[in-house]
Amino acid sequence: MLEALSTGLRLVATLDLRLWEIVGLSLAVSLSAVALATLVGLPLGAALAVGRFPGRQAVIVVLNALMGLPPVVVGLAIYLLLSRAGPLGELGLLFTPGAMVLAQTVLVLPIIAALARQAVEDAWLEYEEQLRSLGVDGLRGALTVLWDIRFSLLTVVLAGLGRASAEVGAVMIVGGNIDGVTRVMTTAIALETSKGDLPLALGLGMVLIAIVLALNAGAHLIRDAAARRYG
Amino acid sequence: MNGILPLQLEDVSYAAGGRKIIDRVSLALEAGSSTIILGANGAGKSVLMRLMHGLLAPSAGRVVWNTVGARRRQAMVFQRPVMLRRSALANVDYALQAAGVAPASRERLAREALAEVGLLAAAARPARVLSGGEQQRLALARAWALHPEVLFLDEPTASLDPGATREIENIIRAFDAAGTKIVMSTHSLGQARRLGDEVIYLHQGHVVERARFFPLPATTEAAAFVKGELPWA
Repeated sequence: MLEALSTGLRLVATLDLRLWEIVGLSLAVSLSAVALATLVGLPLGAALAVGRFPGRQAVIVVLNALMGLPPVVVGLAIYLLLSRAGPLGELGLLFTPGAMVLAQTVLVLPIIAALARQAVEDAWLEYEEQLRSLGVDGLRGALTVLWDIRFSLLTVVLAGLGRASAEVGAVMIVGGNIDGVTRVMTTAIALETSKGDLPLALGLGMVLIAIVLALNAGAHLIRDAAARRYG
Repeated sequence: MNGILPLQLEDVSYAAGGRKIIDRVSLALEAGSSTIILGANGAGKSVLMRLMHGLLAPSAGRVVWNTVGARRRQAMVFQRPVMLRRSALANVDYALQAAGVAPASRERLAREALAEVGLLAAAARPARVLSGGEQQRLALARAWALHPEVLFLDEPTASLDPGATREIENIIRAFDAAGTKIVMSTHSLGQARRLGDEVIYLHQGHVVERARFFPLPATTEAAAFVKGELPWA
């Protein structure tokens, strides 16, 4: 056990090429997915927070429920979509990083949209009268609030990133865990553990935790500085 | 261009949660004189002004302005102003942009408005870190930039100290001098006397009296309020 830990540390310290390839791909896939989900999810959440239409409550309930989508189920659905016989089979995306980005985007989008909806709706209570008095309502008001609470929304995006970087099921199914092509940290950890190669699994685990910690610390510093600067 | 005043309220009622907050109010507001709305907490002062300003829709009756397009020629300052997380100048600029003012003249108008309320030196400071009094002055600058024909003020000095209150009152006088019709609710009789030409007494959603300040009001409810008694006790 201790031996495995020290070997793991050595792999990290010696910048083992195989390890860093995996780390790089993980970051590329998860950050792309979170970027896409943010781009769609924040305006979607804001529109849902401010808009009034029949069935709105139902949409909110469904969106909140989708936050708990099991990754393997999403993986399976995307797999079926992208498989050779599926509707998007011609794209040839299955078992590529592109398929993994797609699957993680689907997983993360409900989290970002639902949490943004709640944040904007809470803020809207404070802003609504003032903005309507200035002649601003609807989508324009939603975007104004979205921009005004942008630093609080960092936490929303981080929640999405946490989900993306931690999940195994979806990327395993649609990526296939192919060495050098679609192997990411979580699938590698699962594989190496089952093979009994604990040093690499532990090394990857430490890197994964360190990255998540660093991102959260960075976001915390930004929020802190913003709160002091803008009130 | 015709003025948006007079404003007519025709049998306006507003109910929320089964309770009538405003009950069949009919009145006309003319240009010129400053109107103060007095009344106890819960009398319906804020709701009445929100009905006039169009933030609330009446459950019955009509609110009629003299011309169409009156919405953009009025402004409102709230008890607690809401500032955007951007500079003081950008907050005024946002209001001008929302009102459809061309970009070329926005900065000049915004700076003029800040100068009017004595905040030009704070133009670049983030609005949310300004003091309560400064934020309320900024809210007035935001209204000033729009050159409204009517300015609604909902207890604008309720949470301010006497010094800040005096500054706010001076700015309200400047609006009045510039020809803006003032419609303001307040708890303070002194403030009502200093700023108002006429008073509307509101009691449990009814207008019980509308009068110049002197002689003292005729109805018991209004007289009790002026004498500092508690009409609801």
